[in-house]
Amino acid sequence: MAASAAPSVRSADSGGRNHGLWIFLIWLPIALAADLLIYFVWGPHLPPGTMSNTAQSQQFDIKVMAVMAAPVMAGVLVYFGYALVVWRQRDGDDSDGPAIHGHAGIQAAWITVTSVIVLSLAVFGTYELAWKGMDGAGAGQGPSPIWKPAGGTPLQVQVIGQQWRFTYRYPQFGGFETTDLVLPVGQAVQFNVTSLDVIHDFWAYQLGVKADANPGVNNVAYTTPTHTGVVTVRCDELCGLWHGAMFNYGKVVTMAQFQAWANKTETQLASITAILPPYSTVYDPTVVPQMSKAMQKGGLTGGNGYYYPPNDPVQP
Amino acid sequence: MSLPARVITLLVAFLAVVAGAAFLVIHYFLYTPPTVDYSAGVTPNSGGTINVVMQEDPQNTVSSHPDWVSYFIKDPKTGRWVHTTLFKVPAGTRVNMTILGYDGCTPIRNPYFDKVTGTIGGTAQFNGKTVTQINAWSGCNVGHTFSIPGINLNVPMGTPSLTATLCGPSPCTSGPHATMTFSFNTPKTAGTYFWQCRVPCGGGFIDGFGGPMQTLGFMTGNMQVVS
Repeated sequence: MAASAAPSVRSADSGGRNHGLWIFLIWLPIALAADLLIYFVWGPHLPPGTMSNTAQSQQFDIKVMAVMAAPVMAGVLVYFGYALVVWRQRDGDDSDGPAIHGHAGIQAAWITVTSVIVLSLAVFGTYELAWKGMDGAGAGQGPSPIWKPAGGTPLQVQVIGQQWRFTYRYPQFGGFETTDLVLPVGQAVQFNVTSLDVIHDFWAYQLGVKADANPGVNNVAYTTPTHTGVVTVRCDELCGLWHGAMFNYGKVVTMAQFQAWANKTETQLASITAILPPYSTVYDPTVVPQMSKAMQKGGLTGGNGYYYPPNDPVQP
Repeated sequence: MSLPARVITLLVAFLAVVAGAAFLVIHYFLYTPPTVDYSAGVTPNSGGTINVVMQEDPQNTVSSHPDWVSYFIKDPKTGRWVHTTLFKVPAGTRVNMTILGYDGCTPIRNPYFDKVTGTIGGTAQFNGKTVTQINAWSGCNVGHTFSIPGINLNVPMGTPSLTATLCGPSPCTSGPHATMTFSFNTPKTAGTYFWQCRVPCGGGFIDGFGGPMQTLGFMTGNMQVVS
């Protein structure tokens, strides 16, 4: 009686089939097809597009990462599907599955392959960031950028974040400030990103430029627009009540159009430019350097050019 | 304690927590200020004109934050001042805006917003005088701005003289104040456009940009355009 109650154990070998080879043969064409489709069909449409050298490099990076990731994902899914079909429990089969034992070869292969993939991508990413011509890949590099565009002086555009709007200063055109972002095609641009209040984030999506806007910090990012068109600018750092509405549209135009726009805007805004603070890479949000005597007389400045007395503002 | 007593105590405590949570949600999260309707009787996109009247005060009528600076909007039906920053206007309509500035001056953080933009003619009237900008750093003469970024509207709000004694209880009906008037056209399609003040007038908060600056009903609100 007791002997007949012992459960039977199913063999791991289903008919002597080489499962590893089968899984590999199923996986290989799927992985190849996925990679070809990703690189040549989907790739050209991947974000952020090709509107600048930095956007192009980011799109290439995403393509490479997707091509590397797709075979891994395909392998997992193929194994999962194979297991469901081949190793499923048949009707009337009440036997236990085979015992699971470690397999040093498979474990070593898995660790080796995934380590090689991850480390290769790390090296690739670093190379892309530092590669001559990528200029830091459109990311904010802080006040002292390591990677700069080669040759010539880039167009300086200061991006000033403030709740809840970006404004732009053009120091090479008299330092005028405007809410319009206009850039020339084919010209290297240096964005000097800062904030007048809380932390914002300047994200010029189609240009592949993204840099935090911190008060009191100049965060430098480079790009060179390669096509004319419209650029969506969004704040990408939660910055208060109307963060979601903090966006605008910039334009990349021809050099001639840019020159005409810049000269015209410089003239139109001359009166307001005259009362702006002198161009600086950062502005202290707590101080009005040109505070008038009238304000100090009114007791509004703490007597030293500050908006509020030293103990105010305070944390609510 | 007996079992029934413990059950009742637990139940009462649970209900108290639920009631407290419900109060917080209703009172703080679901509360929105009233909307003053300027769209009644005006056909959208028909070339009509409406007159919107507002005032900004150094204090308000809310007991929880009585010292927060605040806007008020005059209800066109009753003529009474409403403590709100939400108003409704018809699409494609000229808005003649009058804002009474009862609050004192605070320097604007970015003088770029001293410039009048988005109004008809690119001008505003400061106590009857036409201006295209008001230099807030050269004199203590700007207290707030009225800015609707979605239509590129920005008008600095003038203030009464520096030595004036500011109005006490709100809404203010008398006392020294500046009068700003300007006109703009509402968009031709329906939508909600937020507006804000760009002067860091939230005293007591970091860099003056918390509290009333981030709270509907005080220094920011919505212009609802209906068609």
